[in-house]
Amino acid sequence: MSRADLDPAQEGTGGTAQESAGRTARTTQESTEQRIPLARRGSLLLNELRTTLRRWRTLALLGVLAAVPVLVGIAVRIETGDGGSAGGGTGEGPAFISQITNNGLFLVFTALAATLPFFLPMAVGVIAGDAIAGEAGAGTLRYLLVAPAGRTRLLLTKYATTMAFCLLATLVVAVSALTVGALLFPLGELTTISGTRISFTEGLGRALLIALVVAASLTGVAALGLFVSTLTNSGIAAMATTVGLLITVQILDQIPQLDAIHPYLFSHHWLSFADLMREPVYWDDLVKNLGLQALYAAVFGSAAWARFTTKDITT
Amino acid sequence: MTDTSAAEREPGPGDGAIVTRGLTKRYRGGQLAVDGLDLTVPAGSVFGFLGPNGSGKTTTIRMLMGLIEPTSGTARVLGRPMPRATLAVLPQVGALIEGPALYGFLSGRDNLLRYDAADPIADPRTRRARVAAALDRVGLTAAAGKKAKAYSLGMKQRLGLAAALLQPRRLLVLDEPTNGLDPQGMREIRSLIRELASDGTTVFLSSHLLDEIEQVCTHAAVMAQGRLVTQGAVADLAAGTRGRLVVTTPDPADAARVLKEQGAADVVVTEDRVTAEPPERDLAEVNAALVTAGVRVRGFGVERASLEEAFVALTGEGFDVAG
Ligand SMILES: Nc1ncnc2c1ncn2[C@@H]1O[C@H](COP(=O)(O)OP(=O)(O)O)[C@@H](O)[C@H]1O
Ligand SMILES: [Mg+2]
Repeated sequence: MSRADLDPAQEGTGGTAQESAGRTARTTQESTEQRIPLARRGSLLLNELRTTLRRWRTLALLGVLAAVPVLVGIAVRIETGDGGSAGGGTGEGPAFISQITNNGLFLVFTALAATLPFFLPMAVGVIAGDAIAGEAGAGTLRYLLVAPAGRTRLLLTKYATTMAFCLLATLVVAVSALTVGALLFPLGELTTISGTRISFTEGLGRALLIALVVAASLTGVAALGLFVSTLTNSGIAAMATTVGLLITVQILDQIPQLDAIHPYLFSHHWLSFADLMREPVYWDDLVKNLGLQALYAAVFGSAAWARFTTKDITT
Repeated sequence: MTDTSAAEREPGPGDGAIVTRGLTKRYRGGQLAVDGLDLTVPAGSVFGFLGPNGSGKTTTIRMLMGLIEPTSGTARVLGRPMPRATLAVLPQVGALIEGPALYGFLSGRDNLLRYDAADPIADPRTRRARVAAALDRVGLTAAAGKKAKAYSLGMKQRLGLAAALLQPRRLLVLDEPTNGLDPQGMREIRSLIRELASDGTTVFLSSHLLDEIEQVCTHAAVMAQGRLVTQGAVADLAAGTRGRLVVTTPDPADAARVLKEQGAADVVVTEDRVTAEPPERDLAEVNAALVTAGVRVRGFGVERASLEEAFVALTGEGFDVAG
């Protein structure tokens, strides 16, 4: 936060006074946007979504994510091919893996549990990190800004697109898992963690809810990545930094001596989505997770805005 | 909260498409790129912004377009202060800044659709038609479906120009639009600029090529090392350094003597040409004096100084730039 505030576009004289004047100016300037019809203002968001989906990088990431449930499904199938339940049932592997042979729907939960710690946030970090820095590096940022896209509008567009990617990526994992699960394993009623039985339809509903919660769990990384993206003119550097921060946070979360800071790490409550499979649902950790994501989005979203609206665009 | 500093008060609106006062930019590294620039670009002019590489042209343009914040001084574009009024001003401005920048994985057409979508004023219902018209205007209709990464430099430059022409503009800001083009490409771009200017669009054209400015511009400003050396109508700038009197004769020695008697200074003889700074008196009398003295005159006239000579006279140095 402080870096963004103390490191504005202005060099040399004037420092903070000039900076706040500049920020006031841009805020006033952005307010003219309010009078523009919504349909026109939405053009950029639609275009941004389409453009993001046409980058080979996006498609490659989605491809990798779609492949994870396929690999997990096939591995479980081979493991249990000679009858019997998966590997004796308990212990090893991601959550729910032992139940897949009884019910293919559990592959959805397993695949989300397997991709949430790394693959999903890494993909989001790549998209978020590239959002502004990639355009800056390519020089296209200056043409978007003289169009004029408006700095606040462009940043919001980028964040909305990154969030849409979070949802899409999660759904890709879930749909791929559901398809593979249905093809390789039986479907039907399922047993919750609490031991009660729910219908397959209700199970599908829970799966969708879990996918939404997993997508929402990624908003913090998305905001962090977007902030990093406003700090550099190299898309690669921003992506690498964001993914590096992700790994660092995951490691810190494993160190018991640091448990004082654990509740503030964006990944700390990620696996709480499993609580949606309890009967009744256990909400405490779920709420903590969503609250923490909102906090990250607010803090790093503001930092990204403060940085981007005062930044000199020299590429 | 409103900041009614110098940015709002001076200079007044209506006195030029672009007006800057004391505009200064010092980059983070300490480099003083633009130093106290007072520029006035008359509405309707084709304004040449001339200077060697590194003289601060692109930096000035970035400040005019609200991409970078001036260290000090003010800039008004179309009567509104920049960067404060970017969202109001820039829809009326087409810009090409330091070469084109494109999405290589998108077709030429899709590049323009994206830049047009970024403009909140642009009407989505007319978007495809306007993009097609812009592509047509720069002669890229046939290549519109090709991926931009497959474009040649000249095609990229033209696509960048097309992006500046997506809407009717009051002002076009073109930063070295012919850079890297072959002579044919340069001619095409220049005739396009003349065409646009004849529609009444103000064109602000930066260049390090003197003859380019002389060919297309009505007005010019000359930059050197971040400072404005001079500005004004191109004809006046060239006239600023007085032309030289040139006499062609088989009797150069006699001619030189007579010219000196008539008050001409700095007389130089090279074979059959005698040149001199013209004296204050009527040149018809000088010619008569030559003939009366028996000097056989083949040619007699004043050679108007070129902008290049004006530049040398103004800066005391040559206009030698690489590339
Ligand atoms: N982003 C930057 N950071 C630091 N110095 C810069 C930057 N951009 C340009 N300069 C310096 O500012 C001066 C003016 O550059 P520029 O405006 O690009 O000149 P021109 O467009 O006339 O070639 C040059 O000395 C250049 O090295
Ligand atoms: Mg330049």
